[in-house]
Amino acid sequence: MPIKKLASALVAVTLLALPLAVLASEGAFEPAGNDVRNIASLQRGARNFMNYCSGCHSAKFVRYNRVAADLNIPEPEMKKNLMFTSDKPFETIRSALAADDGKKWFGNAPPDLSLMARARGSDYIYAFLRSFYRDPSRPTGANNTVLPGTAMPHVLADLQGVQTIVYKATEGSAGKGEFERFELADKGTLTPAQYDEFVRDTVNFLQYIGEPIEAKRKDLGIWVTLFLLMFTAFAYLLYKEYWKDVH
Amino acid sequence: MGTENYGSAQAAGLWGWINARFPLDKMLKEHVTEYYAPKNFNFWYLFGVLSLVVLVIQLVTGIFLTMNYKPSAAEAFASVEYIMRDVEWGWLIRYLHSTGASAFFIVVYLHMFRALMYGSYRSPRELLWIFGMLIYLCLMAEAFMGYLLPWGNMSYWGAQVIVSLFGTIPVIGDSLAEWIKGDYFISDITLNRFFALHVIAIPLILVFLVVAHILALHEVGSSNPDGVEIKKIKGPDGHPVDGVRFHPYMTVKDTFGLGMFLLMFCGIVFFAPTFGGLFLEGPNFEQANPMQTPPHIAPVWYFTPFYAMLRAVPSFLGTQVWGVIVMFGAIALLVFLPWLDRSPVNSIRYKGPISKLALALFAVSFAVLAYCGMKPPSPTLLLLSRTFTAVYFAFFLLMPWYSRVDKTKPVPERVTYHAH
Repeated sequence: MPIKKLASALVAVTLLALPLAVLASEGAFEPAGNDVRNIASLQRGARNFMNYCSGCHSAKFVRYNRVAADLNIPEPEMKKNLMFTSDKPFETIRSALAADDGKKWFGNAPPDLSLMARARGSDYIYAFLRSFYRDPSRPTGANNTVLPGTAMPHVLADLQGVQTIVYKATEGSAGKGEFERFELADKGTLTPAQYDEFVRDTVNFLQYIGEPIEAKRKDLGIWVTLFLLMFTAFAYLLYKEYWKDVH
Repeated sequence: MGTENYGSAQAAGLWGWINARFPLDKMLKEHVTEYYAPKNFNFWYLFGVLSLVVLVIQLVTGIFLTMNYKPSAAEAFASVEYIMRDVEWGWLIRYLHSTGASAFFIVVYLHMFRALMYGSYRSPRELLWIFGMLIYLCLMAEAFMGYLLPWGNMSYWGAQVIVSLFGTIPVIGDSLAEWIKGDYFISDITLNRFFALHVIAIPLILVFLVVAHILALHEVGSSNPDGVEIKKIKGPDGHPVDGVRFHPYMTVKDTFGLGMFLLMFCGIVFFAPTFGGLFLEGPNFEQANPMQTPPHIAPVWYFTPFYAMLRAVPSFLGTQVWGVIVMFGAIALLVFLPWLDRSPVNSIRYKGPISKLALALFAVSFAVLAYCGMKPPSPTLLLLSRTFTAVYFAFFLLMPWYSRVDKTKPVPERVTYHAH
């Protein structure tokens, strides 16, 4: 009988675990290694975002004052250092670049970044921002291995420097082979390690604005789990007590 | 004589007043305190009550979502983000609802598998089974329409694909698809009507069917892992000797089961609400865009077994309708189970090796098809899909034969039960 019960439970667990097995087979990008609980990193990410991204990209679901409250930034500080438009603190982050102009100038309106980390994943953005390389055939002079033919110029080239792409040597073909690695052709103001840290902070901020409640949700989840563990334990004892009568 | 003499002596006060006018006491006895359920229920018998719990979760969270959601193509996507960011506890309500949708299918699939294992659909429970199948059908419609409401890009293209299935029906197909959409493409009009159906029409039918399902169950009595009728052997008190009162015995047992379920459910809600993109898909965090197809369109996981069947069938005679027939046929076949199963015994415990193998293969085919339906098409997956579509159908179509010729073990008079 216990063996049968075990087999039953095993079947159930397998059925439930199957989706997880599917998930395990996914994932193609190097982990970004960011942490939404790291407030200092989020503050740096907010600075990076407002200085380098928000000129073209909006975050139309994100309110300045929510960011200020969550990231422990006093509102006057926020206004002085991080708000470059005429927006009020309760308003959401709009870009100064009109969508029509974006389309005209870049060929594609720069997408809203509120949910980019949720749609594509933090690892994707981390990879994307580190994968620009020099490509004179593109109108912006830059291309990207993660999103080939991207309309976005390499905005962070001053910081990172300019990479060139090195292809794997393929016999007899002068054309483009398989991607091998990047080479830093022109140095930027940051070292490669500093640049990775810069991107990690920015990605962290993007993940935070994708789901501002994430850290609180997990904290609350621990209490909910503890309560349910206790509830279930007592329910089990009650169940055993009642079923003593059943023969 | 006044009305106070109605009913028995102890039925005084408000309780007596109500019962003189409404059969509350009688109903409670019939369905709760004196409904006798087999005492040998195992783990698999939890999922009925859990489906009811999830239904309540969906109804309650649904009401609160409706208070803040805007069913228009221009505002729907933003209103969901408004719920996630600005509404007090909106994120929790939304995650409970989105996780609830997947949880509903998990518990219902396990509930149905339980019926398959222990022959719960056999006589006299055919109608109970048919009500259950209608609930499943409603659930699929409810899930499909609800999935369009966030107006994400996967919502949009998923709906586009499913509605276009109706377009494959010869002659009337195109007009039918147009009638469903209320437009030439999935639009604001489609979103509006799907909202109406999702929040009023289908839940109403669903609740009605659930009541019918429970009434039918309490009329014929629950089956059990041994597949024997507990009503056959009654004690001197006139109650089945192998039955226990639903309350308090089943209620305390189910409360424990509920705790286990909520631990898993809340684990997902609080720690992994997207479930790695299975419960909330990445492309659905981008607003619906009729000009941009997501790189790979797949329905949510609970539809993928049938989606894999749809893709497995090639088109011939210049129409794709065959895949659609196979897909809907796979669901329709379940209805006929009570008449396909010719085994002299009900429960898998007493069935022979062929039936056991058939059931195992069926479970495997469902899981493999679910996997195939999630992935972008490839020759290997196509081969797998075709093989296991055949296995899925063989389980049903060969059942009248293998269930009759298979060896069986003797069924005991009474249920197998080991006291705690």
